[in-house]
Amino acid sequence: MSDAPKSHAINLGDITRTPMAHTSEVAIEVQNLDLYYGNAQALKGINMKIPKKRVTAFIGPSGCGKSTLLRCFNRMNDLVDNCRVEGKILMDGKNIYDRDVNVALLRRRVGMVFQKPNPFPKSIYENVAYGLRIMGINDKKTLDTTVEKALRGAALWDEVKDRLQDSGMSLSGGQQQRLVIARAVALEPDVLLLDEPASALDPISTAKLEELIDELKANYTIVIVTHNMQQAARVSDYTAFMYLGELIEFGPTDELFVKPKNKQTEDYITGRFG
Amino acid sequence: MRDWFKGGEPWIWMTAGAVALSLVMVYAVVWLTAARGLVHWWPKPVVETTYKEADGRVVRLIGEVREREEVAVVRLREQGYNIDTQDAYTHRYLFKLGNKDITGVDFKWFPAPNLGQFTYPRDLITIERREWGNFYGHLKAVKQEGQVVAEGDAAWEEAQKRLERGTALFREALRLEKVDIGRINYQLERLRLRERKLMLQGRLTEADKAEFARQRDKLNADYGVLQERLDRVRHDLERDSLMVETMEGQVVEIPFAKIADLYMPNAMNTLQKAGFYARKFWEFISDDPREANTEGGIFPAIFGTVMMVLLMSVMVTPLGIMAAVYMREYAKQGPLIRTIRISVNNLAGVPSIVYGVFGLGFFVYVLGGSIDELFFPEALPAPTFGSPGILWASLTLAILTLPVVIVATEEGLSRVPRSVREGSLALGATKAETLWRIVLPMASPAMMTGLILAVARAAGEVAPLMLVGVVKLAPSLPVDGNFPFIHLERKFMHLGFHIYDVGFQSPNVEAARPLVYATALLLVIIIVVLNLAAISMRNHLREKMRGLEGV
Repeated sequence: MSDAPKSHAINLGDITRTPMAHTSEVAIEVQNLDLYYGNAQALKGINMKIPKKRVTAFIGPSGCGKSTLLRCFNRMNDLVDNCRVEGKILMDGKNIYDRDVNVALLRRRVGMVFQKPNPFPKSIYENVAYGLRIMGINDKKTLDTTVEKALRGAALWDEVKDRLQDSGMSLSGGQQQRLVIARAVALEPDVLLLDEPASALDPISTAKLEELIDELKANYTIVIVTHNMQQAARVSDYTAFMYLGELIEFGPTDELFVKPKNKQTEDYITGRFG
Repeated sequence: MRDWFKGGEPWIWMTAGAVALSLVMVYAVVWLTAARGLVHWWPKPVVETTYKEADGRVVRLIGEVREREEVAVVRLREQGYNIDTQDAYTHRYLFKLGNKDITGVDFKWFPAPNLGQFTYPRDLITIERREWGNFYGHLKAVKQEGQVVAEGDAAWEEAQKRLERGTALFREALRLEKVDIGRINYQLERLRLRERKLMLQGRLTEADKAEFARQRDKLNADYGVLQERLDRVRHDLERDSLMVETMEGQVVEIPFAKIADLYMPNAMNTLQKAGFYARKFWEFISDDPREANTEGGIFPAIFGTVMMVLLMSVMVTPLGIMAAVYMREYAKQGPLIRTIRISVNNLAGVPSIVYGVFGLGFFVYVLGGSIDELFFPEALPAPTFGSPGILWASLTLAILTLPVVIVATEEGLSRVPRSVREGSLALGATKAETLWRIVLPMASPAMMTGLILAVARAAGEVAPLMLVGVVKLAPSLPVDGNFPFIHLERKFMHLGFHIYDVGFQSPNVEAARPLVYATALLLVIIIVVLNLAAISMRNHLREKMRGLEGV
């Protein structure tokens, strides 16, 4: 990292206009987003439009701000002390950082899956039903159907249907990660944020997860942060490359990996740094 | 040698030695109390022998041998004993002679050379009396209304039957006195307080006065009936008596009303002794104490200890958990909260007597006094809550153990992984919902750990309790059949204080010594039981939260 170019040396000329995905529908629009941790600026002037019902991957070296950006979409950064956000993130034309936004409702619409599987110490059933119970839905029938649908949606139903009352902790790592996805899917969100979802998984579980992502994009807008460039190339339709808090390049995955417009992007994906 | 030292071997030995030493000490405590305490209920044989007094007279001795120790003959001679032996050392025996009302001494040492042959006549009888302690002697006859009804061997059979009758009557008298008449007294007192309250408020009308008088008359009439019944039972109780010959050859009449138990230890076989042991043990844990706590049972002390610990748990747990949740989850972590945390930790080190003083000064006098003025003005100047009682004792122990619960809960909260909290928040749960549904359940084993430590500390505490509610002998339990059934203002008995009282404040130290160990053993058992209950609850919770490292 020490020999990486300084941020002010980057030519911003070609990304000052908002990078556009080549699709008509936009799920999330980021406008001039700056984010500070205290005095340190972690995100600098981000502008992007994330397309609906597609998989968008964020790549970049550690500390480039890709997870931070992802966490802006469901305002998880609010939990960090002295974190300050400037700029806008629009969903359905509404800035989610407006004062009158109900964060709990926002998070129901924008599900999130974390790096390490984090099932609750409850039964498999209760894990999936958790979000519904929070919404005040306690009707047994509704819960039953939703839980089954969510577990099927996360390709876990066949493996756990006979032991729904077992602890969610008793599942394997890959199953736990799919359980967590089912938990998010149960709320039928518009967007699914995946924060390095495969980094704690073995290759077989990873393959299953990637298959699942492919299935899920029919219904959900998916944003995935990954360290693994092959994975980004495999699962995503669009890829954004970030570096030192800036969005360097954003475009269809095929183009970005085959014919990167930016020198830094090329250096990164060919493995010259990062 | 240097290599041996550098290899770390000495450290292993040293640390293992420390563990071994701790274990030995723990076992020694349990073993000593168990060994000394558990023998207390085993029936001891009654010895009959002779003793040569200093002036050459030979007298008969009857009693239990309680101790035997080696002693220098010179010392015995210095004490004025006339010892006829060449040896430098000899033995002396501690006899429990009983018959305190006749001889005036219960326990006495006798040098072995002056004692005759020990014999164990089967007709020697041990009488546990309700007053004056044990009585030993030869059973002569059983009398009914002054007439002898059985003599010699037949007397024992007859005595047992009459004892059964006497015990039943005595229990009835006790019930009449404590429960039935006690209830009427309680109701009369409440009536008086109600009347006085109305009077103080200036709302006492003539009609009320008449009503109160009517109710009082009714209660007094009930009282008269009960008193009459009690007198009858007492009279019945006086019917039978026992004729027993003391070691001086004097025949004494003991009415069955004064006899709690009687047995012939020399005629018992091992099985009978075991049965007797079980019965005595049960009496010990289920009966009220007698004779300045040196005889009888310790039930009120057990009850008081357990109730106080439970009350304390009910008070300290919610308070401690709420304080910990605020400090860990809501408060901004900064110098202020750090200072508060350090203060809380240090509170655990404040000597318990200080809490006792605080409890007396603040809870009893200020808080209790205010409660009395506000809610019980009719009883003044007699205090209701303004005097030491079980409520204040529990509250004092609750603040004493509060730091333990707070520290343990905070520890548990801090170990709930951030990832799980975020998982809940990401599903649209608010912070409060996350706390309630995820964080608190996951921290519950740690809360139980705090409670376990709190119970262990509270159950063993004595010093502060002496200031805020424990007494040597409580007239009634804090729970009884009189409305409102739970009387938190009452004073209570406590095993820890009971040990101190029996061991060091008792008029008859020798008689009380086994009781000290027995009570100590029971206190240990109760603490262990309370702890095991809490630990099994914690294990159950842990099982539910399985898979979380370190929780």
